[in-house]
Amino acid sequence: MLRIENLSAWYGEAQVLRDADLHVDPGEVVTLVGRNGAGKSTLLRCVMGLHPGWRGTIKLGGTALGNLSADRRARLGLGWVPDDRGSYATLTVTENLTLPPTVGPDPWSLERVYEAFPALHQRRKSAATTLSGGEQQMLALARVLRMGARMLLCDEPTEGLAPLLVQQVGDLLREAKRHGVTVLLVEQNLRFATSVADRHYLLAEGRVTAAMENSEVRSRERELLSYLGI
Amino acid sequence: MTAFLQSTFNGLVSGAFYALLALGLAVIFGMLRVVNFAHGAFYMLGAFGAYVLLAEAGVPFWLALVVVPLALALLGMALERAFIHRLTRLDPLYNFLLTFGLTLILQDLVKLRYGVQSSPYEAPAGLRGSVDLGLFDFPTYRVFILGFAVAVCVGVWWALARTRVGMVARAATERPELTRALGINVGRWITPVFGFGTALAGLAGVLAAPMRAVNPLMGADLIIVVFAVVVIGGLGSIFGSVAAGFGIGMAQAWAEAYLSAFPIVAQTIVFIVMAAVLFWRPAGLFGRAEAPA
Ligand SMILES: Nc1ncnc2c1ncn2[C@@H]1O[C@H](COP(=O)(O)OP(=O)(O)OP(=O)(O)O)[C@@H](O)[C@H]1O
Ligand SMILES: [Mg+2]
Repeated sequence: MLRIENLSAWYGEAQVLRDADLHVDPGEVVTLVGRNGAGKSTLLRCVMGLHPGWRGTIKLGGTALGNLSADRRARLGLGWVPDDRGSYATLTVTENLTLPPTVGPDPWSLERVYEAFPALHQRRKSAATTLSGGEQQMLALARVLRMGARMLLCDEPTEGLAPLLVQQVGDLLREAKRHGVTVLLVEQNLRFATSVADRHYLLAEGRVTAAMENSEVRSRERELLSYLGI
Repeated sequence: MTAFLQSTFNGLVSGAFYALLALGLAVIFGMLRVVNFAHGAFYMLGAFGAYVLLAEAGVPFWLALVVVPLALALLGMALERAFIHRLTRLDPLYNFLLTFGLTLILQDLVKLRYGVQSSPYEAPAGLRGSVDLGLFDFPTYRVFILGFAVAVCVGVWWALARTRVGMVARAATERPELTRALGINVGRWITPVFGFGTALAGLAGVLAAPMRAVNPLMGADLIIVVFAVVVIGGLGSIFGSVAAGFGIGMAQAWAEAYLSAFPIVAQTIVFIVMAAVLFWRPAGLFGRAEAPA
C-alpha cells in the first residue's frame, strides 16, 4: 500500500532522514518508533507532501507520489492525523469533521461518528479547540475515517491520553483495520503499539534500523524502552 | 443629546468606509498572508470608475454600483495571477513593495488622465436631500451608505459562517497547510478571494464618489487609517476589522465634536488606539496569535 525507498529529508542544512526505507502492506497496521527528534513526524509530513526538502521515492498503491500536492495526496486516500491533533479554532466540531471531501469507498457518515463518540455529538456546535485533549484526538481520528481515507498516517495519537482513552484509540484503529484500512502509526507507547499493530519499525538517526514483529518487541521491551529514553 | 447622536451617526458613516475597506484587507490577508497596500488605490479606482462611467457614458450610480466592483474584481484577479502569486512564497516584504509600487502606478496613471483636482459626482436622484430620523434630519445618502455597508458586512459574515465556501476560507485562513493535507485545493481559492477583496474596495469607492472628493489621492490617506483599523481589530480577523472600523469612525467623530479645541486628537486617535491595543493585546482585539501551519 505504502512503500518508502531511500527517503532523505532536510531542514535547511540539517539532514533529518537518511535513506529511510519501509513499507506497509494493504490492511496492515505498522508502527514507527524512535526517540524524540528521530524524524518520525518529518517522515509522515514527507508522505503527506508537506515537507519541501526531501529526496527519494514514496509510492502509494504502486504509483510514485513524486511532487503531487498535499491535497491531491489526500484525495488519493491518505488521511493525516497530525501530532498536534489539527483542530481548527474557527470551525465547529461538525465543521472539523465535514471539511475534508470524502475520498474513499467506505467513508463513515457523520451519524456513525456521533454514535461512536457521544461526547463529540454533545459538543458538535462548539469550537473544536475547546474540546479536551482526548476529545480532540478522537475528532482527528474520526475526521480521517469520515473522509474514507484508506491509508492513515497517525502521529502519536495516544500521547498525553488517559489509559481509558488510549484504549478507545486502540479500539478505533482495530475497527478501521477490520474494514481494510491501512495504518502507519507513530507511537512511543510500546504496550499500545503491540496491542494494535502487526509490525514495527525503529527509526534511529534518520535511518530505519530495525524491523520487528510483535513478539520481538515484547521480548526486547526493556531494551527498547531504555533506548527510547522512556 | 442630539449633537451626540449626530456625531455618532457621522462616525458610523465614516466607519462604514473603514469597515468595508478593512473587511477586504482582512479577507485578503487571511487567505494570502499578503498585506495589500494597493487597497487604497482600488478604492480610488472604484470612485473614478463611477465618475468616468457617468461622465463619459452616462452610466447611472446604481449600475456603477454593480459594474465597477465586478471590473475591480477582474483587475484584482489579473494582478494576483500576473504578479502577486509569484511573490507569495517569498518574504511578505516583497508583496508589500509590489503592492506599494502598484499604488503609485495606478495613482499616477489616473493623475495623468484626470489631473489632481477633484471631480464632482452627484448622488443619484432618489438619495438626495435628507430624511427625518426623529431627533434630527440626516442626509439621505449617508443613511443609505450606512445601511448598505452594514448589509454588505452582514452578508460577508453570513457567507463565511454559514456556507461551505466560507468554511473552507476559514480553515485555509487558520491553518493553510493542514487544510491542504485534508484534501482541499487551497490554491484554487486564492485568486477569487483576492478579487473579492478588491471588489469590496471598489464598492467602497463607488459609495464614496457622491460624498467624498474624487481625486487620484483619495485612497492614499484613507488607507493608512484602514491599516491601523485592521491592526486594531486583529490581522485577518473579519469580525475584528468590521468592529474596529465602525469603532474608530465613532471615536474620530466624538473627538471632533467634543475635543474640537484639539483637532490633533481626532487626527491621531486611530494611531493612539492602535498603540494602546498593541501594547495590551499584540494580536489585536479579536486576533489570535499565529497558529501552527
Ligand atoms: N521546522 C523545523 N525546523 C528545523 N528543524 C526542525 C523543524 N522541525 C523539526 N526539526 C528537527 O528535525 C528533527 C526531526 O524532527 P521530527 O519532528 O520529525 O521528530 P520526531 O521523531 O517526530 O520527534 P518527536 O518524538 O519529538 O515528535 C528534530 O531534530 C527536530 O529538532
Ligand atoms: Mg513528532
